[in-house]
Amino acid sequence: MTAATASSNGRVAPARVYKLHARPAWRRFLLTREAAIIALLILVIAIASVTVRNFDSPLTVTYLLRDVAPILLIALPMTLIIITEEIDLSVASIVGLSSVTTGILTNAGWPFVAAALTAIFVGVLCGVVNGFLVTVVGLPSLAVTIGTLALFRGIAVGLLGTTAITDFPEFWTDIAKANIPGTPIPVIMIPFAILAIIFAVLLHFTPFGRSLYAIGLNKEAAQFSGIDVGRTKFILFVLSGAVSGFAGVYFTLLYSNARGDNAMGMELQVIAAVLLGGVSIFGGRGALHGVIAGVLLIGTLGSALRLAGVTSDIINVITGVLLILSVVSASFLAWLQARRSAAVGKKKGRAGTSPDGS
Amino acid sequence: MADADVDATASAHALELRRVVKSFGPVVALRSGSLTLDRGSIHALIGENGAGKSTLVKVIAGLYRRDSGDFLLEGEPVDFTSTAQSKAAGIAVIYQEPTLFPDLSVTENIFMGRQPTNRIGRIDRRAMRDEATQIFTRLGVALDPERITEGLSIADQQIIEIAKAISLDAKVLIMDEPTAALSGVEVERLFAVARSLRDEGRALLFISHRFDEVFALCDTVTVMRDGSYVDTTPIAETSVDELVRQMVGRDVTDLFPKLPSEVGEVVLEVDGITRAGVFRDITFTLRAGEIVGLAGLVGAGRSEVARAIFGVDPYESGSVRLHGRPLPKGSPRAATARGLALVPEDRRKQGLVLDESVSRNVTLAIRQKLAKWGLLWGGAENRAAQEWASRLEVKTAALDAETGTLSGGNQQKVVLGKWLATEPTVLIVDEPTRGIDVGTKAEVHRLLSELAQQGLAILMISSELPEVLGMADRVLVMREGRLTGEFARTDATPEAVMFAATADAEAAK
Amino acid sequence: MTVLDTRPVQPGSSSAAALVRRIATARETGILIALLLVIVAATVANPSFLFSGDGFRDLLLTPSLLLLVAIGSAIVIITRNVDLSVGSIVGLTAYLTGRMFIDIPGIPLIGVFIGGVLLGGFLGLINGALVAFARVPALVITLGTLYIYRGINVAWAGGNRINASDLPKDFRALGTDRILGIPILTIIAAVVLIAAAWYLRNLRSGRELYAIGSDPAAAHLYGLRVTRRVIGAFVVSGALAGLAGVLYAARYGTVSSAAGFGWELQAIGAAVIGGVAISGGVGTVWGAAIGAFLLLTINRALPILGIDDFWQRAVVGALIIGSIVLDRVLAVRQHRRLIAQREVDR
Repeated sequence: MTAATASSNGRVAPARVYKLHARPAWRRFLLTREAAIIALLILVIAIASVTVRNFDSPLTVTYLLRDVAPILLIALPMTLIIITEEIDLSVASIVGLSSVTTGILTNAGWPFVAAALTAIFVGVLCGVVNGFLVTVVGLPSLAVTIGTLALFRGIAVGLLGTTAITDFPEFWTDIAKANIPGTPIPVIMIPFAILAIIFAVLLHFTPFGRSLYAIGLNKEAAQFSGIDVGRTKFILFVLSGAVSGFAGVYFTLLYSNARGDNAMGMELQVIAAVLLGGVSIFGGRGALHGVIAGVLLIGTLGSALRLAGVTSDIINVITGVLLILSVVSASFLAWLQARRSAAVGKKKGRAGTSPDGS
Repeated sequence: MADADVDATASAHALELRRVVKSFGPVVALRSGSLTLDRGSIHALIGENGAGKSTLVKVIAGLYRRDSGDFLLEGEPVDFTSTAQSKAAGIAVIYQEPTLFPDLSVTENIFMGRQPTNRIGRIDRRAMRDEATQIFTRLGVALDPERITEGLSIADQQIIEIAKAISLDAKVLIMDEPTAALSGVEVERLFAVARSLRDEGRALLFISHRFDEVFALCDTVTVMRDGSYVDTTPIAETSVDELVRQMVGRDVTDLFPKLPSEVGEVVLEVDGITRAGVFRDITFTLRAGEIVGLAGLVGAGRSEVARAIFGVDPYESGSVRLHGRPLPKGSPRAATARGLALVPEDRRKQGLVLDESVSRNVTLAIRQKLAKWGLLWGGAENRAAQEWASRLEVKTAALDAETGTLSGGNQQKVVLGKWLATEPTVLIVDEPTRGIDVGTKAEVHRLLSELAQQGLAILMISSELPEVLGMADRVLVMREGRLTGEFARTDATPEAVMFAATADAEAAK
Repeated sequence: MTVLDTRPVQPGSSSAAALVRRIATARETGILIALLLVIVAATVANPSFLFSGDGFRDLLLTPSLLLLVAIGSAIVIITRNVDLSVGSIVGLTAYLTGRMFIDIPGIPLIGVFIGGVLLGGFLGLINGALVAFARVPALVITLGTLYIYRGINVAWAGGNRINASDLPKDFRALGTDRILGIPILTIIAAVVLIAAAWYLRNLRSGRELYAIGSDPAAAHLYGLRVTRRVIGAFVVSGALAGLAGVLYAARYGTVSSAAGFGWELQAIGAAVIGGVAISGGVGTVWGAAIGAFLLLTINRALPILGIDDFWQRAVVGALIIGSIVLDRVLAVRQHRRLIAQREVDR
């Protein structure tokens, strides 16, 4: 095909050259929710380093990252799920079930690696259950994962009851608690970094990632574009289960204990962090760097406040307030923007919604 | 019968619109709308797609506020800024897609928010049920007032909307293409209802494409064309021929630059595809280099056929062959990979992701092709977007502008670019120029013409007769899910196509 | 004027027959039968499950508190929302109850009830206002308030707990006494249940809740006051959780800051099992009530039937999933049947 189209009087119109971006780079990068969260994180770190005693010791970093690692891990697939306008409330229960599996198998004499792999596989199975109910049976993910939250946790508690398994090979528990030599950074951050890079590339630099945003913003248009919505969502739930399974193994090693009620309530922390990090609950919007900052923000706040002597319940209150503030502010900003574009539209003579003929 | 009071001052018209204008930015939806509705009358409003009927109705309903012109109700000027106001004034609109509460009963749907109560505020269910039953009896309809509305046919849902209007004592009832989804029996029932409403002294406006129905039911008809009022005549004094002439009006042959092209071999074969309740036994072929128009009324099933061929919707029997090979059902991905593309009917809901950039939208269907080793950098997408946006002369501030901010015409170009980027050999376009300005319309037609010249096979679904007649080498016509006509370019006259689209073959004789 | 029938009159459509048929196929009947089966099975295994003084009392008493919360949850779910904070509201109001008795000696019982219900209603108002005005999904809002309310509870209690000895005897008597063999708490719960059921069925605002859940867009088009109703639903949910909190203190005497922990899940589960669709517009508080009874009775029956009661949660989860799958299968089948019938009629 020719590079230029012919206009009606035979003259060949020159090919247009378009600007890539409507706004300058600084506006594109700095006026985003992700930038706001990163700025807030830096601010909190700065204030805490100055005002809270012992905050800037390397131990703080170690404990913070070690504790927050499961949430960091699970936030990765959770981000993708929420971008497609679904949700997975069962992640903490999968962590618990994976933990219990690790414990029971280790107790039964299995080599640890086999037990851990099986636990991760259990997580995958849980993800398959979720994915099946959502994409094949066609149920809303909220309802399904409320049910599986109870079911998976119930199986975990049922298997172990009130007993806790605390006997794990020292080799592995040491690794879980160790730092990268010469730094205060825990070893778990290596697998996390690898996973984070994989998920970031997946979300931001692959066709698969593009399809996630399309699904979240306009499922129908995505289908018309050849995207297999059901299969995509199924994959996401399986990923979520797998990563939660892995987080469960780590959790077990970190605290040297496998209990049915491990990680109870963690799903709320993950979701709070993801939403805080700029991902829209309505789907179609969000980025991983914001999410990681969101998790670190909640972790840092918690750590700093704990060191300052604030009890964990107040920290929970603050987490809740942050969560509500972040979604209400997103709503508010959207409302402001709608009003502004309607006003501009009026100036340009265009109505808020263009009509569809007839 | 209609009130025969001749004294103009004593009996004002039930509703009167004079030279009403309504624009949306550069798009003038209503150039000069006029309408006079009388009590005890069933008044037809006809015109093609884009004639402005729907805009006129929305002005009456209070959804849009007119830019200028007179609007009188019972002789008094009114100016509605909301649908609640027009409802309170006694205007009821029955849309094609009624909005009801599927989980609640028919009775509750009629009375929600206004249920009859006794002294302490307790809902009087018996009174509610009795009134509903009374209304249905008056209308001559047998509907169980206690069943939930879910699963009710469109016909029954419309009856419920009418019952709602009656219980609100609506004086003006507007029915917008009510028979599009109705069977013959249901249409008869609707007509009986309409007649009884008329006999009660209400004013009815009946918008329809179907002349047999217009002539059977209405006493007066108003024709609109290109956003303007054309004429009003009593039904008894006009004919289908006359109405079609008024609707179609202009000389259609030299409006669109259809370039000559060489018609090659068969590329698409559709053989007897059927989907229960939607379309039946659709069979046709498409050759390289030709543009086949698919005409018909709204609701004839054309978009459904296109979606079924492309794979977005299912079909139950029959087959599709693309370049001689069977095309698997239900997989738009397979269709795209083999060279079939569909530009869908609703560009905002099906064609575009409005919150995403031009760049992302244009490359959505080719994202896998653009990826190197599975990875996509912004660069490849922007280059592809640059190429297609400039080829189609899309007007946008930048490639990362959200497509929701573009005008209708430019949005349509983005959708076209998206699908042309997949390098199809067969292109289905569904209502390619609906709701876009005249200038862009011409560009789109020129583009389609060029594509055909370059060897693409194009199936063009359109409800605009001039467009179909001007662009197509062959015209297929559908009515109520079946193919009812096929015309070569030379045989396709507006009347012939219209007849195939509206009337039974027997009735036309 | 001709009367045209579009479909033959259904056989047996006299109002009595229709009524019987509707009751027989109702979801509530199904789970009631399930409940009876569970009781029968447990009693067969161990007759004292039902036929001892304590057995019968506990059967009625234990679910009564959850019943109140489940009614509130059902009302919110019917509007197509969800309230995850009810557990925290129960805990907070239970603690408030104890504190009122300790800090305001001689406070009349009615004062404590009013205080608890008002606090619960207020907390619900916050939820409702945020959901209605900020247009944020209730899931997220109540996730946040679940944290906030529980945090305030723990901060306030500060590791202390309310002991039975802190509460006046006549208040504690409410938790254990019976009238004609039925525990007072159950009677209170039953009264609330009947009032809620009556409201939802017979008052305009009650019916509007169903409309809003069935199709929010249509509700706006009809001109219903959606914001007001949604806020009202959350206020009622909070108030009922508040009442449950007060009665919690009466029943258990000891109130720690973990009171009510996890109740939101049980309440939602009870409602869903009882036929309240998570998508709104469908279900009754009767169903939620039977669901609450079914859930907790199964929990008590498990050990008697030889199943470790650690499996309780798994049972709840399985029941929830089973219910929503069942609902979906029935909905798809009904849809197909109605479409097919329409084709035949054509």
